[in-house]
Amino acid sequence: MNNLILSNSLRFIGLVLLQVLILNHINLFGYLNPMVYIVWIFLFPLKKNRSLFLILSFLFGLSVDMFSDSGGINAAATLFIAFIRISVLKTILRKSDFDYLLFNIRSLSIDKIFLYIATLTIIHHFIVFSLEYFSFNAFITILKNTIFTSIFTIILSILGIVLFTKKK
Amino acid sequence: MQQLFYFIKKFRYSLLFILLEILALYFTIQHHSYHTSRFINSANFVTGGIYSKVNSINEFFLLKDENKLLIEENIRLKNQLSKQNSNSSNNYFIVSDTSKYFQQYEYTSAKVINNNFTKRNNFLTINKGSNQGIDRDLGIINSAGIIGVVKNISSNFSTVLSILNENSRINIRLKNSNHYGTLVWNGKDYKTLQITDIPRQAIINIGDSIITGGKSAIFPEGINVGVIKDFKFENNQYNEINVSLFNDMSSIGYVQVIKNLKKKEQKELEEKSSNE
Repeated sequence: MNNLILSNSLRFIGLVLLQVLILNHINLFGYLNPMVYIVWIFLFPLKKNRSLFLILSFLFGLSVDMFSDSGGINAAATLFIAFIRISVLKTILRKSDFDYLLFNIRSLSIDKIFLYIATLTIIHHFIVFSLEYFSFNAFITILKNTIFTSIFTIILSILGIVLFTKKK
Repeated sequence: MQQLFYFIKKFRYSLLFILLEILALYFTIQHHSYHTSRFINSANFVTGGIYSKVNSINEFFLLKDENKLLIEENIRLKNQLSKQNSNSSNNYFIVSDTSKYFQQYEYTSAKVINNNFTKRNNFLTINKGSNQGIDRDLGIINSAGIIGVVKNISSNFSTVLSILNENSRINIRLKNSNHYGTLVWNGKDYKTLQITDIPRQAIINIGDSIITGGKSAIFPEGINVGVIKDFKFENNQYNEINVSLFNDMSSIGYVQVIKNLKKKEQKELEEKSSNE
């Protein structure tokens, strides 16, 4: 139990610092910066108190915002994917596969992990870029940024999860 | 009443979600307006402290570029000085006294500890704040050109509204004529900015230099901005004037903060005249 709190807090701080100090300055092809920090949302245990999870993900997004001077953009997007996470999981896994208490992302098959991460990442990135540009004229730019950054983020997230989490 | 409690209990996650989402959107919208964002910015103790720690490591790798810039600036200043020496014998010149009576601009050096240039709205963080005499709405330049305007300050750090921002409007003019315009950014390429509001009487050629206009009381007149890259002249007016910057916004080390000592005087006078 304590172990769970400790590992999630360490992941919280570690991912924020990784995002703002390294990943925000990658600038692949001049403009692509992956937003891998949302891995924290993917890995947060399901059985925990839901309202605590919502508040924590709001604060999580807000701390990224504070470093990158973007108002509340990341907070809004992170909170949204935290809210829809369970519904997305329920749709992807059929009811029989869904073990509420012992959920572990590594116990899923790779195509389901991919679907889960890809759905949430694309939604998150779309919200971030929409709020950042905040105009219908920039719709093409928003879509372009969403797609390319999502690809980058998904690859890095899956690699990170496979490399740094233990298989049960 | 009981039904209300039941309702709240049933939808408590959704209600919490909506509440927090509204808060996040409130921060976002507040950040877009120029003067009111106070809570969520990187000019605070924690974020500024972490950025300056990491920056002191990065700085080591940028020493070479930084030296090159300094040498270039030194050479330019020396050239100006030698020109002035040869002219001074037959022209009168003003001795710039250290007393603040004559001095209009005061320069302070600062270091950029966080720089963004890929987003739509970019901000920089510098390592000086109100303790070092930095105030809101001061101009930031380096030896190559303009960078932005101070937005938020804390005691030891400040955030700078970069010229690569939707809300940035800098008054500029053509170097070879007195036609004024406004420098904005369309968010596409960090090396290219746009000019609007330029009168159609102005004659523009590709390669013309652009300098700051000095109308805004933030930047002194004559700071380099860039050269005209291309433009369209349609329906008897200018559309899409692109400017390529002298400054490389992707690598900025040390900057200078400009404080206009007569800004208050100018503003008061202008307000007085417009009210009459």
